[in-house]
Amino acid sequence: MFCVHTAPDALFKTLADPTRRAIFERLSRDGEQTVRVLTDGAGVSQPAVSKHLGVLKLAGLVRDRREGRQTHYSAEPQGLAPLIDWMTFYGAFWRDRFDRLETLLDRMDQ
Amino acid sequence: MNETRSLVVEREMPHPPEKIWRALTQPHLIEEWLMKNDFKPVVDHRFNLRADWGVVDCQVLAVEPNKTLSYTWAAYGLESVVTWTLSPTSTGTHLRMEQSGFRPDQQQAYQGAKGGWQRFVGGLERVVAGLD
Repeated sequence: MFCVHTAPDALFKTLADPTRRAIFERLSRDGEQTVRVLTDGAGVSQPAVSKHLGVLKLAGLVRDRREGRQTHYSAEPQGLAPLIDWMTFYGAFWRDRFDRLETLLDRMDQ
Repeated sequence: MNETRSLVVEREMPHPPEKIWRALTQPHLIEEWLMKNDFKPVVDHRFNLRADWGVVDCQVLAVEPNKTLSYTWAAYGLESVVTWTLSPTSTGTHLRMEQSGFRPDQQQAYQGAKGGWQRFVGGLERVVAGLD
């Protein structure tokens, strides 16, 4: 069942931003990266990338690791779990409602 | 239909769009397949869907008779948007329901988020599989 405590509102808001989504997808695809590497090709400044990473971290989608003067970021795939729960719940919900709708439509014919 | 994209449910139905539209927009018919409600097909109208497990708060966003219907869907503190699209076919209607998890603070932002959301969901399974 859908768990109320893991309602993915923050997750949706976090991933609604295209730059943040791109950073998360890049970390998912390419593995751990530094802020500097992530900034190259992101099309925004390094402070902006750092800010996005902070939001992603707060949502549980990335984790960071300090090594000397560099901070390395990597994706946390389990952070997507509430989103997957939400999709699973509503997927089943709507298929059931479509069945009921079809039953109703058949009856409306009579 | 791609089953992994569980936020889009679509089906071919052997009924004309006008009839399906009635089932989607008349309160006593909505109650029979969805939930008790005080729906009106009027843009900005606020309504509730009520079941024994709780209440969904909704607001109508778009109404185009026999073609498209869209409303917000807020439950458990999460606001999403439900959009129904009816397309006539030679045998009846192709009915499509899309539920997207973004608040339409403004129409343009909504359209942008919707496109981004679909791309994201499309890649979701690959992203998760690639990391485990």
